[in-house]
Amino acid sequence: MIQIKDLHKSYHMGSNSLHVLKGINFNVKEGELVSIMGSSGSGKSTLLNILGMLDEADRGSYVLDGVPIKNLNEKIAAKYRNEFLGFIFQSFNLINYKTAVDNVALPMFYKGINRKERVEKARHYLEKVGLADWSHHLPSELSGGQKQRVAIARALASEPKVLLADEPTGALDTKTSYEVMDLIQGINDEGKTILVVTHEEDIAHMTKRIVNLKDGVIIDDSPVEQVRAKQHV
Amino acid sequence: MFNKDRWDEILEALNANKVRTALTAFGVFWGITILVLLLALTNGLRNGVTSDFGNFATNSMFMWSQRTSISYKGIPKGKRLQYKISDVEAIRAEIPELKYISPRNSLGGYQGANNVIRGTKTGAFQIYGDYPEFIKQKPMDILEGRFLSYSDINAKRKICVIGPDVVKGLYDKDEEVIGSYIKINGVNFKVVGTFKITNSQGDSEEEANTVFIPFTTFNQAFNYGDRVSWMAITAKDGFSITSIKERVFDIIKSRKNVHPDDDRAIGHFDRAEAFGRINGLFNILAIVGYFVGILILASGVIGINNIMLIVVKERTKEIGVRRALGATPWMIKGQILQESLILTILSGMLGVAFAAFVIWGMNSVLDSVGPVENFANPSVSMTVVIVALTILVLAGVLAGLIPANRATKMKPVDALRIE
Repeated sequence: MIQIKDLHKSYHMGSNSLHVLKGINFNVKEGELVSIMGSSGSGKSTLLNILGMLDEADRGSYVLDGVPIKNLNEKIAAKYRNEFLGFIFQSFNLINYKTAVDNVALPMFYKGINRKERVEKARHYLEKVGLADWSHHLPSELSGGQKQRVAIARALASEPKVLLADEPTGALDTKTSYEVMDLIQGINDEGKTILVVTHEEDIAHMTKRIVNLKDGVIIDDSPVEQVRAKQHV
Repeated sequence: MFNKDRWDEILEALNANKVRTALTAFGVFWGITILVLLLALTNGLRNGVTSDFGNFATNSMFMWSQRTSISYKGIPKGKRLQYKISDVEAIRAEIPELKYISPRNSLGGYQGANNVIRGTKTGAFQIYGDYPEFIKQKPMDILEGRFLSYSDINAKRKICVIGPDVVKGLYDKDEEVIGSYIKINGVNFKVVGTFKITNSQGDSEEEANTVFIPFTTFNQAFNYGDRVSWMAITAKDGFSITSIKERVFDIIKSRKNVHPDDDRAIGHFDRAEAFGRINGLFNILAIVGYFVGILILASGVIGINNIMLIVVKERTKEIGVRRALGATPWMIKGQILQESLILTILSGMLGVAFAAFVIWGMNSVLDSVGPVENFANPSVSMTVVIVALTILVLAGVLAGLIPANRATKMKPVDALRIE
């Protein structure tokens, strides 16, 4: 699903140059649940941003579902993001003046799906994350865990190939974190490819494979015995 | 471009901060209100002043005779000119650009001695000898019967068309007017029509006390021979009376042996020139109105521009999220532009409506207290409303342009990082 070869990225701040990614090689197959770990500054967020086409690499190749991702202008990048990717953020990033169902429907709006179908699908995904009764609530009326579940429903709504989660449990307490991980595992069980960036060991062990980043290179990439979040809920 | 989804998106965003939206909208609302009101007031002044002109055809002049001021060909100065019917025919023959040349004579006068009798009733009225085309120069409503015709002129019929106050003065209520006879200076005339002149301010009373009779009948009955007191001359559409009038004077001068430089021998009033001067003044006033109005509107637009910049800044993260979810830069720009456009147009429409309400109020006050000098019927035409809306649309786009560009300038990854 994802093939990355010799990926480099550096940031320039004035005269200083910061080499963040120093040749990353890795592949993700369809249906995998991968966590990317590393301390802050290891380059894991940069890697995720490049995978998410929010940022572009300086060097190296990136192929997503057979489509080479390079020389993107913003319009095509937006189209690819809409078609291929679903984002889950640490701070949820729901639009605060839209109800849960409208938030979930937003990616489908950009896809050009008509309103009736959008709302229908949005309800379906809200039901899937267990928030059918909350569809007309504003984000401010939801708890952190509920917000993240709305965000997950939104990420699923455009039926992407890959879900990219950037510290999805970073703003949640342990119990809620496990509930969210349980949901993510459930989605993965249905065959969705998911990448999770985290720095929490327990969360990482709930995925099927851990990629460890340090100073811009992968120092370890190994499958793990998946811990089901359900046992801890 | 404006499907329901877009509308929802925009209204949601505008609703998200109602007070601020309302305050911003007020700037544009106020600007357009002042613009429309200024133009309406200018129009009111224009209407008030030009209504003193009555409704006589604008592209016209009146020409009467005076005394010569330069001796010429052995004739000493101070000779009084006398126009004849043949002069009218000469002018008509030589200047085809003239539409109507109406020779006129008049008799008696409103507020003068009594000159019209019917049975036991008498009255003092203005008697005019006129040609049928006079009604084209001075529009009037024929209430009953008809106006003068060329067969009246040719047959020198003793018929007349009378004004409303003549009817009031000589007839009882419900009396049949058409077909009856009135005696003017001892001569019987049959009434064939009654008229009313609307839309004339200054002279309405005098006009209501007027009797029209055929020019030829007038001259014969009252012993005028072929004399003409004055003429009302109208140029054809597309020609200006102001540029033709000198040729008319030249014809008169050569026919009457008047020195070519003796301009005082011929008296005239050029309505087109006078009208043009006053109209020019009000056009300048209207331009001042536009200028001031647009400047005030501009400050409102800058307000919207400012608020949209703040909105974009506040929503940087939201815009980042939207882009991560697949919004193209154009969709974002479009949304910001449309938000500013709708805010401008909506508040502008409210301003136009409010101004219309104020104008309506002014008009009803004017109606109830009666006419005010030099001010009548303040109003704006549809053109002004359309111009105002065009300005609003342009202003809305301008106000949104900078913020819209700002919104998509930042890379999504940076926008998402903003807290």
